[in-house]
Amino acid sequence: MSWEPERLQGIVEAALFAAGEPLTLARLQRLFEDDEAPTQSELSTALAALEAAYAGRGVRLVASGGGYQFQTDPATNPWIHRLFQARSPRFSRAVLETLAIIAYRQPVTRSEVEDIRGVSLSSGVLRTLTDRNWVHVVGRKDVPGRPSLYATTPYFLTYFGLGSLEDLPPLKEVQEGDMDALVEQLAQGTEGEEGADAADDPGDDPEAAAGGDG
Amino acid sequence: MTEPTPPAAEGEEAVARVAGEPLVQLPDDLYIPPEALEVFLDSFEGPLDLLLYLIRRHRLDITVISIHSVASQYMEYVELMRQTRLDLAGEYLVMAATLAEMKSRTLLPRPAAEDDDEEEADPRAELIRRLQEYERFKQAAEALDHLPRAERDFFVARAPMDPEAEAPQAEASLMDMLEAFRGVLQRSQLHEEHHVGSQGLTVRSRMSEILDRLEAGTAYRFTELLAPDEGREGLVVTFVALLELAKGHMVELVQVEPLHPLYVRVP
Repeated sequence: MSWEPERLQGIVEAALFAAGEPLTLARLQRLFEDDEAPTQSELSTALAALEAAYAGRGVRLVASGGGYQFQTDPATNPWIHRLFQARSPRFSRAVLETLAIIAYRQPVTRSEVEDIRGVSLSSGVLRTLTDRNWVHVVGRKDVPGRPSLYATTPYFLTYFGLGSLEDLPPLKEVQEGDMDALVEQLAQGTEGEEGADAADDPGDDPEAAAGGDG
Repeated sequence: MTEPTPPAAEGEEAVARVAGEPLVQLPDDLYIPPEALEVFLDSFEGPLDLLLYLIRRHRLDITVISIHSVASQYMEYVELMRQTRLDLAGEYLVMAATLAEMKSRTLLPRPAAEDDDEEEADPRAELIRRLQEYERFKQAAEALDHLPRAERDFFVARAPMDPEAEAPQAEASLMDMLEAFRGVLQRSQLHEEHHVGSQGLTVRSRMSEILDRLEAGTAYRFTELLAPDEGREGLVVTFVALLELAKGHMVELVQVEPLHPLYVRVP
């Protein structure tokens, strides 16, 4: 059977609001009995219509974590924030760097993370990442000690507003060249990066950024 | 022990604070006043981070380093480590040793006979590679931090159902399960159409999915890991992911004898 567009949109809309987590096309499809299930293209059309209908409103439909979800418009953030007691948590560089390595290099072991960062990982960092359900253990590597292999979760994608891992910001290319050129490149860094470094490093204090380079 | 370090908020150019005094000027090399070691450990994410900083800000040339001062600093660190954070300071020591080793290799004359053998690797190569690799992820972490993020930049909009209105969960009987299973079997025969489109598949994420799915000790038929309804693209991604996993010793591919079914298992 084919669906009347408005009716299907209503069901999809209600399901997305009720679920509170991203729903994939397949999962939306499974909400229906076999003989009445809309096709994926019917569902896609309904989602596109909803997305258009919500354009400019305080809530928007976004593709996230491999599925679809309603989220508040970031422009409303200053006000919506006050609904919640706790300030949004800030994460240390150790947590963010570890998360980045796991996200781009997954599945990885703890020692592979430590190898890249050149520093041993305190257990608190991995616990923060697993407690927040951004990272989970997906297996063990068949090397001595059988270390756990870590990978990102679907919730990680949702939290960072990503549709899939491909939406991660691209990693900087590996530089090639002779050693002297590479040393020079390291010394140069990225244009303007120093300022960002100074602002981001200690305590994330906005006042610290104002100082700039001297 | 030094005095407790002041709160994290720093002055404009202060790299760190030592006993309340802002430490604006870093020495031009790796040698940190010992009492500053602790704050340094907090300000930098490790020796690579520190070295990157020194190369960039202070134009430290990693090939021009006095071994003498590395050695004496080394001993001061060892002394200091006895009192404080042994675990963290160790990595800085390794870095100091690496720099000293690198320097000594550049100073030593190369044996003449070695020419026709493989070319002597640039002593800096390994360190440069590691610095580059670290820098990539340092930048990636910053980019990640700037991504719009739930609870900070947006919130999930939801309209939860009234819990009272939720139907009590019925217990499934064996007949229900058989009925459901029959339905799956019927549907699998239909296979009416394929929607092949970009599914945002990556080999890396597929590797994670596969590992997530495999239970240790159980052998899975190779063919059951390949879902035909994903289409050609999905099959290829899964196949490449399995190859990668096998290469990294994360799964084993086993076969009783030639032409027998192939099995995949987590060792």
